[in-house]
Amino acid sequence: MKTIRNQKVQRLFIQYGFLGSLLFLLIFSILIARDNLAAQGITSGFAFLQRTTGWEVGFSLIPYEAGDNYGRVILVGFLNTLLLGAITLPLATVLGVIVGVMRTLDNKMSRIVGTTYVEIFRNIPLILQLLVWYALLRALPPPRSAISIGESVFLTGRGIFMPGFNVPALWTIAAFLILLTSLFVMQWFRKARRFYHVAAQTKRNGSLAIIGIGLVVAAGIITATREAGLPLVTFPSLKGLNFRGGLNLTTEISAMILAISVYGGAYIAEIIRAGFNAVPSGQAEAGRAVGLSEWNIFSRIRLPLAVRIVMPTLINQYVWLMKATTLGVAIGFSDYFAVISTSISQSGQTLELIGLLMGGFVLVNYFIAWALNRLNDAIKLQGTQLRI
Amino acid sequence: MTSSQSASFFQSTFLNLRRDFFSSKIGGTVSLLLLTLLIFVLWTAFDWAILRAIWLAEDHQLCKLDDAGACWSVIAARWRLILFGLYPYDEHWRSALGCFAVVLTVVLSCIPRFWSAKKIGTIWLLGYGSFYILMQGGIFGLSSVSIDQWGGLALTVFVFASVAVIGMPLAVILLLMRRSEMPIISQTTGVIIDVVRALPLLTILFAAAVVLPFVIPGWMHGDKLYRVILGFALFFACYQAEILRGGVQAVAAGQEEAAKALGLSYWHRVSRIVLPQAFRAALPPTINQFVVTFKDTSIITIIGFFEILASGAAAFGSAEWGFAYVEVYVFIGLIYFSFVFCLSRYGAYLERRHTIATR
Repeated sequence: MKTIRNQKVQRLFIQYGFLGSLLFLLIFSILIARDNLAAQGITSGFAFLQRTTGWEVGFSLIPYEAGDNYGRVILVGFLNTLLLGAITLPLATVLGVIVGVMRTLDNKMSRIVGTTYVEIFRNIPLILQLLVWYALLRALPPPRSAISIGESVFLTGRGIFMPGFNVPALWTIAAFLILLTSLFVMQWFRKARRFYHVAAQTKRNGSLAIIGIGLVVAAGIITATREAGLPLVTFPSLKGLNFRGGLNLTTEISAMILAISVYGGAYIAEIIRAGFNAVPSGQAEAGRAVGLSEWNIFSRIRLPLAVRIVMPTLINQYVWLMKATTLGVAIGFSDYFAVISTSISQSGQTLELIGLLMGGFVLVNYFIAWALNRLNDAIKLQGTQLRI
Repeated sequence: MTSSQSASFFQSTFLNLRRDFFSSKIGGTVSLLLLTLLIFVLWTAFDWAILRAIWLAEDHQLCKLDDAGACWSVIAARWRLILFGLYPYDEHWRSALGCFAVVLTVVLSCIPRFWSAKKIGTIWLLGYGSFYILMQGGIFGLSSVSIDQWGGLALTVFVFASVAVIGMPLAVILLLMRRSEMPIISQTTGVIIDVVRALPLLTILFAAAVVLPFVIPGWMHGDKLYRVILGFALFFACYQAEILRGGVQAVAAGQEEAAKALGLSYWHRVSRIVLPQAFRAALPPTINQFVVTFKDTSIITIIGFFEILASGAAAFGSAEWGFAYVEVYVFIGLIYFSFVFCLSRYGAYLERRHTIATR
């Protein structure tokens, strides 16, 4: 009797009871799922990834046709989601910073415009905005009477056509990423404390070398993978009823990019504004007192402090924007969710596909959160710097 | 007013204007540019939506003219479809009254006088219950309307209210489990909350609609709508639990310790000391969470429910109105905007009040 009344024993009992009932639920549902699948004649497991799909997707970074297998189509969707995130997150950030800063300026007109933007786009559901952008983009003139910008970019109801490299899309992105990485490495080399004692001359040469290597590797990739017999850059040209050549940003992906960037921009603007307002005014006043110009006060004092304040909120917002890409299914953009849901209705491998879907998103979101948290740890004020 | 007073009035207005808009050459130029942009956008919208608009349903032939602006005829002709979906025509008043009951519930729960667990619980149960009875019918001489026929704004409101009614208690349960002193329970709950928060809402709704029937026995299936609402409520609860956890952390630790020292039981500590203060501290983000949830109800249109976006699409879906999609989208956008804008303004007001009170 004494052992039962013992609080420790009771707690252990409750905890293992809780765990046990969760496990029981899990096993129970697995058993039911097995019965249901057997009744429908579906064999579980991931063998179906090798089967051919028989359907097309609207937009793909890697070559894909109806005869390819499920594994490939899922990869197509995953890459599309990543691409969308890689485009919209920076765009939304730029838009958000501009509008957020506009709302903190002394100039009342810029505050009014910023507030109007934020209030309109933040208070309407994203999916409605997406449908409106999509409808508007589709209402653009047909290719024959396309709106042209400098005879090289054409806005049509079937998408936006612009000059493009004759290089597979993935390789173009790889080259771009290498360039970006070399820029980062160069900046690190120039600014990091580790290289504080390196002479200025060596630093300059080293930076040039790093950028040079990046350029050479990127150019190497472009030339090695370009399609033979075609010029490096092609301009879109009207052939029959549609444009040929160049890069085609389909209506679907254009609408997604517009909607998510504009909507995310409104949210990020609010975050940035809150960050700027949280910087104590004494900081800027001190800058003014030592005679810094307004631009220097902004770029050297208020912005760095604001960035540090908003970083944790911003990370959540990025994860949220990444999740918003799933709405592509509403307008037929073949993102990860859309591809998986079509696969489910075509193959019936519900549980495996849902597992892949959730696993994919958990992976991407944890990666974003992890990477940005590392960044946050690196830049946040530490120890004696904590004055605000 | 004497002439010197009026002169100083004009002078100070002028000075204020100069300070706000023309503090420097660059500032003045930017002001003028932005003003031009704003006036251009506003004028275009005004011209389209008011001056050149066609208002009456009978005039819809005029919409095809080249210089016609917004064709509000589509709203005049189809507003019942957009708001009430396929609900029986003669019973539309019930749908409208039900929506009004929920809106009233939301408004009432914004008044500080009702901020106690009992009062707010009663208000929501009354509001939600009357909505459900009005919509479902079958008693008080109201004819019964099956849930398949609910649609439009009423369905949006139903999903929102259900998610709130189920999700809030669930959030409190999750919060208590997350804060439990028993490591296995708190850690398991933490993992569940984190995973749900890492997933897009759409995947959870999709899983609830499509996958859940696979893994639960037949008698538990229920209607697809109820499964989706449960999934949505779980999603809401996981976010809300984290918001409340933030609120609990804002409550001084001494409060709970003092309650312990006085010998209050766990439930008394939680319900009388911790939760009331935590809710108060977490009020602004909670309002924000409601705002986000209301906007997110629009996502169920993808799972195939006839909520306001889908009924709007049906309104311009016929050949007669096929061109008038912008007008319908603007109409729906205005409905969402008016709800969400009021709620978020209210949230901002509370936040200001809170910062002043705690300063």
